[in-house]
Amino acid sequence: MAAPATTAVTALDQLRQKFGADAVVSQPCPDGIPTAWIGRDKLHAAMRYLKNEIDRPYRMLYDLTAIDERVREHREGQPPSDFTVVYHLFSFDRNEYLRVKVPLVEDKAAVDSLCDVWPNANWYERECWDLLGIRFENHPFLERLIMPRSWQGHPLRKDHPARATEMGPFQLPEEKAAEEEERLRFRPEEYGLKRASEDSDFIFLNIGPQHPGTHGVLRVILQLDGEVILDAIPEIGYHHRGAEKMGERQSWHTFIPYTDRIDYLSGVQNNLAYLTAVETLAGIKVPPRAQVIRVMTCELFRIISHLVWYGTFAQDVGQMSPVFYMFNDRERAFGMVEAIMGARMHPSWLRIGGSAHDLPKGWDKMFREFLDWMPKRMREYDKIVMRNSIFKARTQGVGAITTEQAIDWGVTGPLLRATGYEWDFRKKHPYSGYDNFEFDIPTSPHGDCYDRAVVHVEEINQSLRIIEQCVKNMPEGPYKSDHPLAQPPVKDRTMHDIETLINHFLGVSWGPVIPAGEGLGAIEAPKGNNGYYLVSDGSTMSYRTRIRAPSFAHMQTLPEMTRGLMVPDLLAILGSLDFVLADIDR
Amino acid sequence: MNPVLLKLIVLIGILLVVLTLASGLIWLERRLLALWQDRYGPNRVGPFGLLQVLADMIKIFFKEDWIPPFVDKWVFVIAPSIIMITVLLTFAVIPFTPTIQIADTNIALLFFLGMSSLGVYSVVLAGWASNNKYALLGGIRAASQMLSYEVFMGISMMGTVMLAGTFSLRGIVEAQRHMWFVVPQFLGFVLFFIAGIAETRRLPFDLPEAESELVAGFHSEYSGMKFGMFFVGEYLGVILISVLMSVLFFGGWLGPVLPPIVWIVLKTMFFICFFILLRAAMPRPRFDQLMSWGWKWMLPLSLANLAVTGAIVLAMRR
Repeated sequence: MAAPATTAVTALDQLRQKFGADAVVSQPCPDGIPTAWIGRDKLHAAMRYLKNEIDRPYRMLYDLTAIDERVREHREGQPPSDFTVVYHLFSFDRNEYLRVKVPLVEDKAAVDSLCDVWPNANWYERECWDLLGIRFENHPFLERLIMPRSWQGHPLRKDHPARATEMGPFQLPEEKAAEEEERLRFRPEEYGLKRASEDSDFIFLNIGPQHPGTHGVLRVILQLDGEVILDAIPEIGYHHRGAEKMGERQSWHTFIPYTDRIDYLSGVQNNLAYLTAVETLAGIKVPPRAQVIRVMTCELFRIISHLVWYGTFAQDVGQMSPVFYMFNDRERAFGMVEAIMGARMHPSWLRIGGSAHDLPKGWDKMFREFLDWMPKRMREYDKIVMRNSIFKARTQGVGAITTEQAIDWGVTGPLLRATGYEWDFRKKHPYSGYDNFEFDIPTSPHGDCYDRAVVHVEEINQSLRIIEQCVKNMPEGPYKSDHPLAQPPVKDRTMHDIETLINHFLGVSWGPVIPAGEGLGAIEAPKGNNGYYLVSDGSTMSYRTRIRAPSFAHMQTLPEMTRGLMVPDLLAILGSLDFVLADIDR
Repeated sequence: MNPVLLKLIVLIGILLVVLTLASGLIWLERRLLALWQDRYGPNRVGPFGLLQVLADMIKIFFKEDWIPPFVDKWVFVIAPSIIMITVLLTFAVIPFTPTIQIADTNIALLFFLGMSSLGVYSVVLAGWASNNKYALLGGIRAASQMLSYEVFMGISMMGTVMLAGTFSLRGIVEAQRHMWFVVPQFLGFVLFFIAGIAETRRLPFDLPEAESELVAGFHSEYSGMKFGMFFVGEYLGVILISVLMSVLFFGGWLGPVLPPIVWIVLKTMFFICFFILLRAAMPRPRFDQLMSWGWKWMLPLSLANLAVTGAIVLAMRR
């Protein structure tokens, strides 16, 4: 995670030079990401500077969120603030994140909108308004995004109840039900859409929330002229479970199972993203065997996730059979997951400092069989899907975006690589020992649906390559760190000295106390960059858990990809986006 | 025996066999798809799951006959029956064997074309009457798809008509005693087959329903027996096109050793299975692609086929 210190100083220094030494306050963070506090009056200019004028610019708005700081205790050296808006930027040229924070007082919780700098600020700011009640001035449409429009309060504020038992009993009398239903009615004028042109009336077609093509409870509202899409508006929030709020009332250890259910197709990948952040905060170094075990299982889950994507994408363009073959292979992979972890889709198997168990006996034989089996299958899928001419006709040239657009909209992962940009956080920003593995970064030049398929398919092959290296070179040694904060604590010395016994007892009963600080753990998940931004207040629980999910960013790009195409193209694009609703809404 | 009585027996016999076969096809399709997709399909009710169809029938008959309040009631009710009636009527001119045929008219092929054009009304009216945007889109797609594919469907059959010198299906079969028409009319066969799939609205031409796009397309609002009529109507269509294909291009009931009825059933079943295989194998093209293939490739090809066949027939006669 840690970036070279020299460039870190430069970015903040450049800001100081431009806006004055007093305007920028730096804050040291355990994750080594340079962090700058900037006043709200300078924010807009500073952000424009960082995106457009600075050398090697920060072209991507990686994440935008806020922290309710009103009950936080450990804020040494930070400017006073009731609410802090936190921007994470990423520079591909510097290969570096930058954290910009804006302090706000409670009765003036408002900043300038950045929608005119980064188009993807739109949803992030709406989410921030919705969940934390920060106003963004000059935002084109500052409405609730995640919660129902009728919701009272802002759930991620510390004074908002976290449990249903803290609120009065839920009631839905008939008038209220009718009112809620009325609120769901789509009013094109709100979005600045016209109901008719000079010579034709437009159809407004609701795709979803219940529709076989949306892969879950997603609502896309289409403005149609015949079957041609004039505009598409994705409506999200139907799958919201408040994972971030739950993070604030679970111990560091017991939040792991919740992460599994964020991107529910890629199991331990979510664990790893979360744990990367926790271990950064705790300063835990993971032993080599645990690292390789993590890489191996994560790549297995990448294959599992991509297989689902592959099959359902083919199904979305009307091909019925591939999904069954791919689910059978996925079943095989799940058999292995089950043998190692005892669970299938949501194994919750990684632990702070390592994994839950060592690998079982005979694991390598199981993996070798899988490695022999998959390449044959992949060749067959190539024939039935990728080389199918109707499949090509449906996907080539459909929903194309350029690398610039992708970066503007915060697109990462296979979708970014499908625009021809060779960027993989496993290679460029290695974590968990990925720098020790040989693999290629597949890219494809056109950025359309077909190229996304090309990249996904090649990633399965590369994952097989990584797994093979893991099987051949699995190091010996412990599967969990002996750091006192590792969870559950290593037990072999527990019964021999009182200090270890106490540490074990406290770790198991309360859970570990992670030192105060802030850290971002970001990994190359199957769907893109998945990041956990954790704020610890030196307690057994997280003070603020922010989940930066790739699907959220990708779904926001949908209108950009679909304008001017037809309804079947929309479904092809939705299929190619590789999203799950749980990952969008969290 | 009284000839009228005989005709009546044949008529009822064909009706029963065709309807049973159509519902049996539901089972066949599900089992075959399952076989090709590495799964089991219905295998619990009765031997090989055969009684599943019966169970489904009982269920569908006892379902509430629901007409949504926002639909155009009369049209909504009439639409599903149109498809059943038109397809069943077409079976009247099909010569299954030399003895089993209801009406041997000399305009049998024209009758088929007329009926299939009428059949489109069923889908279009259903889409319109449902007062639902998905159904409407499905209905519109159906209308334009049928329009563009029926044109060359008719033309693609004209080659066989020229070779046989008659529109009567019995005459066409008899003309194939020496050689099946699939040999001289291979292009015509391929074109007719493609148009036939489009006619029955099966994958890859199932755009009017297009499950992953339009939910269920034109029959989104239908349930119970009215949905069942669309469902069975589709399978009747598959049987009809398969029988026609064997009659027009594969010598109908003609074949050595085995009795005629066995031959026609064998040939028909082969094409039916092929229909199902296609559904298992193909993705769905986009609407505008489908139309442009129809008008830019199929139509010119079928016209060329017609012209060349005509020229050769003329030359041979000299």
